[in-house]
Amino acid sequence: MSDGAWETLSNQAVAAAGLVYFVALIVHLAEWAALRQPAANEVKQAVAVGGESETPAVSEAPAGRRTPEERVAFLNRLGFLTICIAAAAHLVALVGRGMAADPNRVPWGNMYEFTVSGTFVVTVGYLALYRRFRLDWMAPIVVGFVLTVLMVAVIWLHEPVQPLTEALNSYWLVIHVVSAVIATGAFTLGGFASIMYLVKMRAGEPEEGATGFLARVPGLEALDKLAYRVHAFAFPVWTFAVLITGPIWAHEAWSRYWNWDPKEVWAFITWVVYAGYLHARATAGWKGRNAAILALVGLATLWFNFIGINYFSTSSQHAYALQAPAVLLVVE
Amino acid sequence: MSVDDKTDQRPVGRGELTARELLRWVWRQVTSMRTALVLLLLLALAAIPGSVIPQTGVDALEVTRWKEEHPDLTPIYEKLDLFSVYDSIWFSAIYLLLVLSLVGCIVPRLFVYARALRAQPPRTPRHLTRLADHVSYETDLAPEEVLDRARAVLGKRHRLRAVDPADGPADSVSAERGYLREAGNLLFHLSVLVVLAGFGIGGLYGYQGGVILVQGSTFGNSLTQYDDFDPGGLFTPEQLDDFDFTVDSFEVDWLRSGSGAGTARGFEAGISYREGDRPQEEYDLRVNHPLSIDSTDVFLIGHGYAPVITVRDGEGNVAWTGPTVFLPQDSSFVSFGVIKAPTAEPEQIGLEGLFYPTFDLYEGDPVSVFPEALKPLVSMLVYTGDLGLDDGTSQSVYVLDKDKATQLEGEDGKPFRLDLSVGETVELPDGLGSVTFERVDPWIRVQISQTPGKEVALLGVVLALIGLCGSLFIRPRRIWVRARTVTRDGAAGGGGGTMTVVDVAGLDRSGNGELDEVLADLVAALKKE
Ligand code: HEM
Repeated sequence: MSDGAWETLSNQAVAAAGLVYFVALIVHLAEWAALRQPAANEVKQAVAVGGESETPAVSEAPAGRRTPEERVAFLNRLGFLTICIAAAAHLVALVGRGMAADPNRVPWGNMYEFTVSGTFVVTVGYLALYRRFRLDWMAPIVVGFVLTVLMVAVIWLHEPVQPLTEALNSYWLVIHVVSAVIATGAFTLGGFASIMYLVKMRAGEPEEGATGFLARVPGLEALDKLAYRVHAFAFPVWTFAVLITGPIWAHEAWSRYWNWDPKEVWAFITWVVYAGYLHARATAGWKGRNAAILALVGLATLWFNFIGINYFSTSSQHAYALQAPAVLLVVE
Repeated sequence: MSVDDKTDQRPVGRGELTARELLRWVWRQVTSMRTALVLLLLLALAAIPGSVIPQTGVDALEVTRWKEEHPDLTPIYEKLDLFSVYDSIWFSAIYLLLVLSLVGCIVPRLFVYARALRAQPPRTPRHLTRLADHVSYETDLAPEEVLDRARAVLGKRHRLRAVDPADGPADSVSAERGYLREAGNLLFHLSVLVVLAGFGIGGLYGYQGGVILVQGSTFGNSLTQYDDFDPGGLFTPEQLDDFDFTVDSFEVDWLRSGSGAGTARGFEAGISYREGDRPQEEYDLRVNHPLSIDSTDVFLIGHGYAPVITVRDGEGNVAWTGPTVFLPQDSSFVSFGVIKAPTAEPEQIGLEGLFYPTFDLYEGDPVSVFPEALKPLVSMLVYTGDLGLDDGTSQSVYVLDKDKATQLEGEDGKPFRLDLSVGETVELPDGLGSVTFERVDPWIRVQISQTPGKEVALLGVVLALIGLCGSLFIRPRRIWVRARTVTRDGAAGGGGGTMTVVDVAGLDRSGNGELDEVLADLVAALKKE
């Protein structure tokens, strides 16, 4: 396949992934809607009981139709499957991007590619943790997020495939960016749990037997633990990315392992805020709500660093902020 | 116990804190978890300005530009050290306080940990079933047998409390594991100090220097050879390693087609270097491929063009010849440069203008259509008279002092401009001489630096990461198993015989683990035939 064909394939795969994510979102929203139905059924039953006797206790669906519980379970499984398919298309888009470059390379030379990779990690992280933590409640959030960010990437960040400038052509870059992308995806997932923690805290624990979305979200304590687990995974990976491989690469490429370049500053800020989060979870008075807020502050700094900082500062040496070739010149 | 309670109990004047108590109170505040948390957040906040305001250490040029654009804010910003946030007093104050807090927090914890390491797992609580995580089951095995099994199963990965006659009859097993979590945590926090130390050593003893070298020229490592030099506070010139190197060649691999056309895929400088008295060696200096000589690193960080131009004066003598470094203005590599021929007779000659690597006219304007020197052209204005070189003050080689010089004009009265392709010669008006464009040599900019302490910093972060993983992933917990005999049917002395009730309970000391599975596995192992 020619490079051009790979690039076209990649673009089409992104579009396809977006479409399938959209379908997954619809399916999960339908599941959501279906969740409310048993309540309606119960009302009917109550009326029936009042009028006649012998109505079965379990809602019996008309022949050939599913019971609401079955519907929910079916939509749930369908949604999961759809996300898997979307993830596969997403993967094809990434591989195509790497194959389209000459020479072939890792697909993260610019912000578009980084965004597509980061969202992919969010999806994969969700799929990987799905069983262990029974994450199905998170599906609409994950899919909604991935879909939105992918759209932003395609509309505003898309750039044709280019070879890496030499400063980026290093295996340290590969390790650095892989770990940064993984940490970004994981922090994002952890952030979702923290958001739900705050939402649920405001809404209060739903009553016994309540249906609907919030009722399926795990309890506050479980959410807090889930958020912690995911953050506790992401934090060392982030440490590895920005405090070990990043400086090693910077040392080789720019001769300074730490230069307080705006990207570095914000990576550091993110790191410090998440360290604060881990502390907060162990500090009386900061547990729970404040810790969750800190996690979200961390998430905000993380994404700001990736997208926002480029618009505030011009002196970043980081290549996806810098489209000019890597000629750096400071002469008195 | 808080300090206030203590003061209240004192017979002397209530509410009075002695200096010592005040100190202790301050110390306790400084080393509290809450302070550490607040300081961490403060550190994050304090780092922000440096990412928005240009920093001298990152981009001095940008700082100058910013200052010109904001004359009103500049004095205020300068007072607040906002152009070098990360060296500023207030930024240092925050992290030094954090370090103080850290030391104050870690040292006592080291002692506590040392004691905990030697301590036995605690006694089994009396009512295991009151713990949040517990399981009970019944079995026909005798209690001793159950406990033996528990010891065997738990003993593999737990520390067991020794059977102590003082505890009364041994009806239970007490086990603990995960001691390394705290060790990891301590290691992590101590490593933060190691990183800071490494960082500090680099800042104090290291240096960064830059120099532009035209292909063919040689650099000998001494202070005078650097174009710019930025030493740390405790740097001494004796630290400079003894070496020299020559730039033999320089190649750029330009992309000629595709959307990335005009960008470089690779740069490679062939250099030969000599370290002390050793024989000469060759090295390919590339981006991401620095040369290390002794404790000095040499990096390739930029490149450009140096047109070789010969200036003959009115008497036909060569007043200047050689490559002159022109500085790229942007990514098209249109470059600006200055040539000075102070020995020219009858008058000094100065040239100032642009170099176009691949010259073309675009809608009447001169441009370079490609950054590689495919069709090079220099376009310069000419000045004569006093170039200000004789009064002894030093002058930048990139600036022409035109205050006392006059600009040459052509016959049409417009400024006289030289447009020269390689090999061409142009006669200057008024018999002042001639200018020849011989060829173009590339130049490279190398950064030469010593960063002592970088290994210390790296070691520090690696240790920190190891400690961190230990601290985050090791789940410290205590497990207790108690087995007791009860009569079947519950009725004491009934004919039903006896059986054994086993209570298993656990405590996750990190507060983040799920004990259900652990206890279920343990019960399964205890029940196994
Ligand atoms: C340079 C500043 C500091 C950084 C970057 C930092 C970072 C961290 C991180 C990432 C953790 C999470 C690991 C874990 O949960 O075990 C942690 C835990 C902890 N830190 Fe710090 N820390 C700093 C300063 C301090 C100070 C000054 C104190 C003492 C007041 C402190 C006390 C603790 C304690 C007690 C834990 C364990 C919390 C737990 O049991 O989960 N730290 N720290």
